[in-house]
This record gives sequence, structure tokens and C-alpha cells, in this order.
Amino acid sequence: MPSQAEYEADFVQALRQPRIPPPAGVRHPGSQPPALRFGVYRNNVHVSLVEAVTRLYPVVQRLVGEAFFQAVARRFVGQVLPDSPVLIDYGETFPDFLDHFEPAARLPYLGDVARIEWAWHRAYHAQDQTPLPPQALARIPPAQVGHLRLGLHPSLQVLDSPWPALSIWHTNRHDAQVRRIDRDSGGEATLVCRPDMEVLVCAVPLGTAALVRTLSTGAKLEQATTQAVEQPGFNLQTSLVALLSSGGITAFRF
Amino acid sequence: MSDLTPPLTLAGPDAVPRSAGVGLKPAHYRTILEQGPDMGWFEIHAENYMGAGGPPHRYLTAIRERYPLSVHGVGLSIGGARALDRRHLSRLADLVRRYRPGLFSEHLAWSTHSSGFLNDLLPLPYTDETLNRVCRHIDQVQEVLGQRLLLENPSTYVHLADSTISEVQFLDAVSHRTGCGLLLDVNNVQVCATNHGFEAQAYLDAFPMNRVTEIHVAGHDQQQDDEGRPLLIDTHDRPATDGVWQLLEHTLTLTGPLPVLIEWDNDIPSWSALFDESRRAQRLLDRHIQHPEAGHALAS
Repeated sequence: MPSQAEYEADFVQALRQPRIPPPAGVRHPGSQPPALRFGVYRNNVHVSLVEAVTRLYPVVQRLVGEAFFQAVARRFVGQVLPDSPVLIDYGETFPDFLDHFEPAARLPYLGDVARIEWAWHRAYHAQDQTPLPPQALARIPPAQVGHLRLGLHPSLQVLDSPWPALSIWHTNRHDAQVRRIDRDSGGEATLVCRPDMEVLVCAVPLGTAALVRTLSTGAKLEQATTQAVEQPGFNLQTSLVALLSSGGITAFRF
Repeated sequence: MSDLTPPLTLAGPDAVPRSAGVGLKPAHYRTILEQGPDMGWFEIHAENYMGAGGPPHRYLTAIRERYPLSVHGVGLSIGGARALDRRHLSRLADLVRRYRPGLFSEHLAWSTHSSGFLNDLLPLPYTDETLNRVCRHIDQVQEVLGQRLLLENPSTYVHLADSTISEVQFLDAVSHRTGCGLLLDVNNVQVCATNHGFEAQAYLDAFPMNRVTEIHVAGHDQQQDDEGRPLLIDTHDRPATDGVWQLLEHTLTLTGPLPVLIEWDNDIPSWSALFDESRRAQRLLDRHIQHPEAGHALAS
């Protein structure tokens, strides 16, 4: 009799590779091998995980159509199992998978659109924290602003893309009739935050995204600004207003 | 704990009453808070509330302030060969501390393997080896959570030739050795009885009813196996069949009133349809409350 660990290894192999028959100990008091019965387990595993990915990426599904999406998701699920029972954490690598999925190569922005969907999902489940009110930094003397270190909201994320990924995401997420977007209209940066119950997704200048990335390492505002000004059209004032008004700042210290 | 979701003001767990409850679904959060329906209690899947924060915790906190709660885990892999995942156990302990559920339950099944989490309740052979391991795992869970675990009988689709102990004997032995309670899912009994060709009522008559602390009722799908025989699938996506309701009724004559959950996890119905299904369970319970001599005392 195989040990339980051996039995499980054989069981999983047969679950994951339909050509491999169920382990010898799996049978049914009947003459035929219980392929359909074992298939219930195969189906439960794959269908439930494909559904999990489908719930996360509705915009990607709208872009590629249901049949194509189900095929990609099945391929993804066949390669990547959740690494914990917390399915909230499953599907993070799907955007990278799309980047390398050959049949989707003619939609090079797909991965970046998927990254916005994942950021939305992460923001939804992120730790709650009370944001500072929009006026919170108004009384800080201009000379001291550079020395500020900002506490960022746990749900705050910025993404940038060489494609108009946010415009594509926005129309496919919100419009019954999608707007036509010229894919060569240039790159976009996106800010995602959930200050309270609703997830906000908005466009920001590339410089604001760069600023947030440096601030999130704990850098002073001065240092973050030095890096962000390399982006065309960067404006510190506008960036801070955008961050405060989206609830992205929860604390400051010198 | 977040700034925005204040900790519960409850001092301890509220006992889950011997009445009908339903699985809590995000689609019903607002209706429940607005209408305050006359529902005995709610049950959640533990893993759905393991995110750090956000609306799920906000709604659950508000609902928990008003109703008793049961936490039902689907990911511990108690029946697996591997050691329990300590990080997952500690997430469960955090959840139990935060929401103080009156009941905590898990499955006699495995779902985690070195290749990852398989997101299904997979069958284990019932042997001395697996019995010892399941008991060790349950001892560990009860110690970490500081709460009694209820172990649920599974739905299974294949026969495992290596089993040397019957499922009922296995559950009985686990319960006696670890002190854990049992969660009797009467739909799973119906599913297994059909799939494996035994009498559901005979299974119930052999079941250690004095260890049962909660009952699940759910719907299933009917397909056919390789030889054209009926194959029932535990889908939780529709009302329970009359056969399942009859098993509930038979069980209640053996146990007296207990917490009875309507488990509906897929193709989620409207709140009023789910509420109606729970009233059907409540009417059966009411009959047994009026005739308490039909049941026997609960072990606790």
C-alpha cells in the first residue's frame, strides 16, 4: 500500500495532466476505470481557479472575448497554482503571463490593462487607513516642504505604461459602448487608491507616478522631487494636490 | 486592526443558536444591514476574509455586531499528508480573535500539495495512518485557535481501495480522540450515498449524532458516471432536493434542534430566495422545538 504522500503525489499528477490515469487505488466497484468520476475533481480544481481569474480580469475578458479569455485563463491555471488557500492573493502574475502569451501578441497593451485590474483588486483588499484631509499640508512653510517624509496609504499604487492602458481600461470597464482609443496615442500613468470604501482609478502625469515610487521607499520629498523632475511637465504642487485629493497620504513627518 | 473598521465591541463569542442560518455573500451585505432580517446566524468562508482590510471586513464587522457568526474553513487541508501550514493557521487564529465566532468548522479532506493549493476538497483513504494524522492536525488546530473544531463529512466521487475504516467510524474515532465536534452535511450524505450506492438513512443511523453540533443543507447537480449510473456533484448552486430535506428531517428526529445552515455558494440567488430556503429549514426546526423529547441532549 502506498503511503499517503505517494497517493497524493499520484493524485495531483493525474489531476493536473489529463493524460495520466488516476492512481491505482482510485477505483469504483465496477469494471471501467472511473474517468468521469475522477474528472469531477479535475473539473472542480480547474473551473474554480479559472473562475477566480475571470472575476479579477473582466476588462481583459471584454477586450479579447469570452472564448479567448477562457482559453488563456485555462492555460494560466494549468501552469500556476495558488501558493496559499487565500485566493485573494491568486492571479497576480496573470498580467506577466499575458505579456508572454504569443496568441495575444497583437494586443501588446493587454498586460498593462491587466495590471490596472490587479491594482484595483489589491486596493480593494488593502489595509484600511484614514487619509489626511486635502488641506493637511497647507500650513507647512515652503522652505520645509522638501524635508517632508510622507506616509502613503496602503492601497496607493501607481502604474505606467507605454500604451494608453488607462483609457482602454476605463472605457471597457465603464462604457456600454466602448470608445475608440488610438493605441499609438502615447503612454499613460495611473494612480489607484482606496481612501474609504470606493477604489479610485485616475490618470496622473508620469512625474507624479515617479514621485510616488520614490516616496514609497521612505525618501524625503526633496529627493523624490529630484528624480521626478526628469519627467516632462512635472509639477510638485499639482502632484501633491492629486495625492491628497485621492486620499493617498496618511501621515507626514520631518 | 484598521482605523476605519473599529474592533468589535463584543466581549466574547455569541453562541450560534439552534436555528436556521445562511452563508454570508457580498451580494447580500447591504440588504442584510438595511433590513435586519430575522436570521439566526451567518456563516463565512474563512479564506474570503483574509485580506488585510477593505469593504469585506467593514461589512462583516457591522453584520457581526448584530448576528452570531460561524467560521467555515475551506483551506486547512486537515486530511493531507503534509504538516499544516502554520501561516494559514495563524491567519485563522487572527480571524477567530477578530470576529469571535460561536462555531468553527473544517473539512475531512486535503487540498494543499507541494505544487500548490488545489482549491478543492480532495478525498483521503481512511486508514490507521490517516486517522492518526488527522487527529494530530485537529489537536494542533484546537490548540492554536483555543476553540473546538467541527469536522465535516465530505462529498466524494471515487472509491479509494486503500480505505480500511468506514467514513462514519473514522469520524467517530477522530471526534472521540480529539474532542472535536462534527458538522453533518446531509447533502454530502445524499451525494455519497448515490455515488457509492449505499442507503443514506443507514449512514445517518450509524452516525455518532451526539457529536453533531451543526448541520449543512445544500443543492447538488446530477450527472452520469462512466457506466451510466447517476453521479451527484456537490455544487451549492441551487435549492436542496426533497431527498436532502428528508435527510434533514430524519437527522433532526435523532438530534433535536441544531444550527442548520443553507449553503449556497455559486449562482447566488436573491436575498429573498435565500431567505425563503432558510425558512424551510426553520419550519422543520420549529417542529422539533415544539417536541423536544424527540431529540436527545447535545454533547458539548
